[in-house]
Amino acid sequence: MGNSRKLKRIIATDCGSTTTKAILIEYVDGEFRQTVRGEAPTTVEKPLNDVTRGVLNAVTELEELARLKYDNPNIKFIKDDKLQIMKDGVKGDEGIDAYVSTSSAGGGLQMMVTGVVAKMTGESAERAALGAGAIVMDLIASNDKRANYEKIERIRNLRPDMILMAGGVDGGTTKHVAELAELVAAADPKPRLGSNYQLPVIYAGNKKAREAIKETLEDKVDLIITDNIRPTLDVEELGPARDKIHDLFMEHVMAQAPGYNKLMSWTQGPVDGKLTQIPIMPTPAAVGNIMQTIARQNKIEVLGVDIGGATTDVFSVFTEKHIFNRTVSANLGMSYSISNVLATAGLENILRWVPFEIDESGLRNMIKNKMIRPTTIPQQLEELVLEHAIAKEALKYAFIQHKEFAVGLKGAQRKREIADAFDQSVSGETVVNMMTLDLLVGSGGVLSHAPRRNQSAMMLIDAFLPEGITRLAVDSIFMMPQLGVLAEISEKAATEVFEKDCLIYLGTCVAPVGKSKPGKVALTAHIELPNGEVFEEEIKFGEIKLLPCGVGETAKATLKPGRGLDIGEGKNQEIETELHGGVVGIILDTRGRQPFALPTDASERVSLLKKWMKELKAYPEKILE
Amino acid sequence: MAQAYSPGLTVTENIVLKKERILPLKGNVLVKKGDKVKAEDVVAETRLPGKVVPLNVANKLGITADMVNEYIKIKPGQEIHKGDLIAETKGFLGFFKSHLRSPIDGEVENVSKITGQLLLREPRIPVNVKAFMDGIVVDVVEEEGVIVENKSAYIQGIFGIGGETTGHIKVLVDKPENILKADEIDDSCKDKIIVAGALATYDVIQKALEVGVKGIITGGIDDRDLKKLLGYNIGVAITGHEDIDLTIIVTEGFGEIKMAQKTYDLLKQFEGHKSSIHGKTQIRAGVMRPEIIIPTEFTEENLEHKEAKMASLEIGTTIRVIRQPNFGMIGKVTALPEELTPVESETLVRILEAELEDGKKITIPRANVEIIED
Repeated sequence: MGNSRKLKRIIATDCGSTTTKAILIEYVDGEFRQTVRGEAPTTVEKPLNDVTRGVLNAVTELEELARLKYDNPNIKFIKDDKLQIMKDGVKGDEGIDAYVSTSSAGGGLQMMVTGVVAKMTGESAERAALGAGAIVMDLIASNDKRANYEKIERIRNLRPDMILMAGGVDGGTTKHVAELAELVAAADPKPRLGSNYQLPVIYAGNKKAREAIKETLEDKVDLIITDNIRPTLDVEELGPARDKIHDLFMEHVMAQAPGYNKLMSWTQGPVDGKLTQIPIMPTPAAVGNIMQTIARQNKIEVLGVDIGGATTDVFSVFTEKHIFNRTVSANLGMSYSISNVLATAGLENILRWVPFEIDESGLRNMIKNKMIRPTTIPQQLEELVLEHAIAKEALKYAFIQHKEFAVGLKGAQRKREIADAFDQSVSGETVVNMMTLDLLVGSGGVLSHAPRRNQSAMMLIDAFLPEGITRLAVDSIFMMPQLGVLAEISEKAATEVFEKDCLIYLGTCVAPVGKSKPGKVALTAHIELPNGEVFEEEIKFGEIKLLPCGVGETAKATLKPGRGLDIGEGKNQEIETELHGGVVGIILDTRGRQPFALPTDASERVSLLKKWMKELKAYPEKILE
Repeated sequence: MAQAYSPGLTVTENIVLKKERILPLKGNVLVKKGDKVKAEDVVAETRLPGKVVPLNVANKLGITADMVNEYIKIKPGQEIHKGDLIAETKGFLGFFKSHLRSPIDGEVENVSKITGQLLLREPRIPVNVKAFMDGIVVDVVEEEGVIVENKSAYIQGIFGIGGETTGHIKVLVDKPENILKADEIDDSCKDKIIVAGALATYDVIQKALEVGVKGIITGGIDDRDLKKLLGYNIGVAITGHEDIDLTIIVTEGFGEIKMAQKTYDLLKQFEGHKSSIHGKTQIRAGVMRPEIIIPTEFTEENLEHKEAKMASLEIGTTIRVIRQPNFGMIGKVTALPEELTPVESETLVRILEAELEDGKKITIPRANVEIIED
């Protein structure tokens, strides 16, 4: 991937269900920057039925904006109704060096997975599918308590884009794996898009069962066999299955969507000096790609969340081995699925974040009205506060699901003497550790477009409860998908743009962990702020403090946790460190972690919420009086 | 000129409608091009594969999977009846044989020597598709279904529950802002599609169910009542399959909201007419809204499609407010400033200025209005 020096101008698009977003990346003054962006409605549905129309519209906007920006009418990216990729590199104002794209149009990639034991091979299959950017519609396992006829009905009714079958370690059970194949064969499942091709089924289970699988399924589906994702109990090999999923996504799913064959012929870039076709990636797979790249390059642990209208995706890269996990909470979102947040969290949990009174009926109707008219915007301040309260709960539940999923391999024996023998650490325990987490990134409308960045910081902190010292950021325009696929041709370009143009750093949150009581000292802080002031205070338990420290600035800090509390180095251990600033600043949060609890008494809670929101400058004073 | 973010719902006295009536699986089409059909007529039918019933022969007979072939008495594809002998062990000297008999009527799907599992399939289930609306068959999709066309008065709702049904329209309120009371529903409402005003309460819906009303059209509904009625919270907006005996179409939204005057007037105008309605709502990809279709007299020459045009926001355009404050109010656009403007929540948005029916002047995010076509 040593193309970076040759690349001057790259266009990357993300074809979403509703909008196609294009960004222009240019090599300017010795570095890659994202310079212009454009967007247009996605055109996979009637009447246009051709995704490339939306791409051309978005790129046309890029072209026009670039001409304005550089006051140069000769800039041109499109020729003969297609993107103009220069074989020998960009020389003048015309053309680009590479074009890459991701896609989640038409509902993205929808899969069903199978495994013998739900919590073992089933979970591995689910991880492979999620990691490849799919939505997992269901996991069917030999031990999942449904009767076989129910499983068959379910498989038949699902209509996935493809199925991933795992099960059995190599040399292990054949019978259970074959039985699952028989259920799939009996269901005779049909693909979601079009009936003129057979449903792709990837088999990535016990090697010994391959013949039996072939015999059962070969005539009914498009069977693809790949390496076992769980060759032994303590090894998980997701790579080959993930690659197969991506190939099939291109060959089958994408090829069925209107205009994608044309789009696939457009996505090209130089690899080892030769113009090569660059596969279109499922959007979430690309996000995973960029997060892993960042974690690896900066040697940090990263947690990212993208809260959309319908779903919330959580991505994480934890431990020194950069274990990547992705979960999709398919029915937690801020518009189409907003009503389900109420159903999942319950009314009290949403209302506990609201610093004023509202009747149940009014809130329920407001939520449902947002569901049926998803593009409306909260005009009234109270409605904004309510949407933020709902977002906190949606994020909280998506994170709970993520923690439950991002666990060590179940069934693996703990080998103390050879700790390296397995990837996902301790058997069955979550790898998510908020104390060691370095960076928490939020994206999606409610976080990226909150009227005040302080609101985004507040939502991230209240929902994820970061521990110790954690940097907070939001993705300004949700550029991560494009950068993820860009990393396929130039990691350098992708990471430079990520650092400089993609993230808006909000600041740093400092939160001591452990039990304490109101009135007791939770944190003693000595912080030399960039404006020359020194903040020196003993902060009591149950407070929030916001200190000024801007983007690119740092503050030298000596932080001593209160008795029995921990901020990263162990109980009662003092830390000397540098805290990074951002558009919000440094937030000292002594409201408690493990546990974090809000008062149950309504008036006590409301008065605390108001105090914290005032300190954080989250909302105009008038609503907090 | 600009577009509103929320496309307006169609409310019109005169539209040419086309409806695809397609089977879930290939089957037989029962009508031909040019046929006049009634909403209740079956236009296509098929038979869905029956349920699969797995039976572990090896376990039941206490033998290993590879021995199953030896003892099995049936073949894949063979028709079987409940009680038929499926498998039998040899026993000891012809005695102590174990038998396995079919638990169902149907056919044999598959016998596996790997798992010792037998798959039986229940008889096929007949499924048919009705025309849903009175009209003319303008096209036949071979083995799949038909396209029915007609001329109708037509109203799109914003949200609904319950499937397809037909009935005659009966308006029970004098004004669109009135709220219907349960005791105003009597036996004369049986099999009718009734029009409530600004709200259909839980009591009204219960009474309608008791009387045998086919459908309710209402301006608003309270979410708490909906939960009480269904017994669960609607989580995501995919509806139309609820297990209730009537169809409800909400024209404005949740809460008490006056039915749009135009919608009310149209329903009043067609009182007594036959109507086809459904509550199917889907707000994600492939948007679907509930529909009220009131077929009107037509000749084939009438079935000319007007070119669909995208409604645009201009000075003078009639709009409806679709979020608080002033939710449900109607007004006319008075200005369309280009620049982003902060609203009370401090959100920077593109706004418009409008004068409401009561003379009040407002500033509102463009995203919070929908266009009403005059």
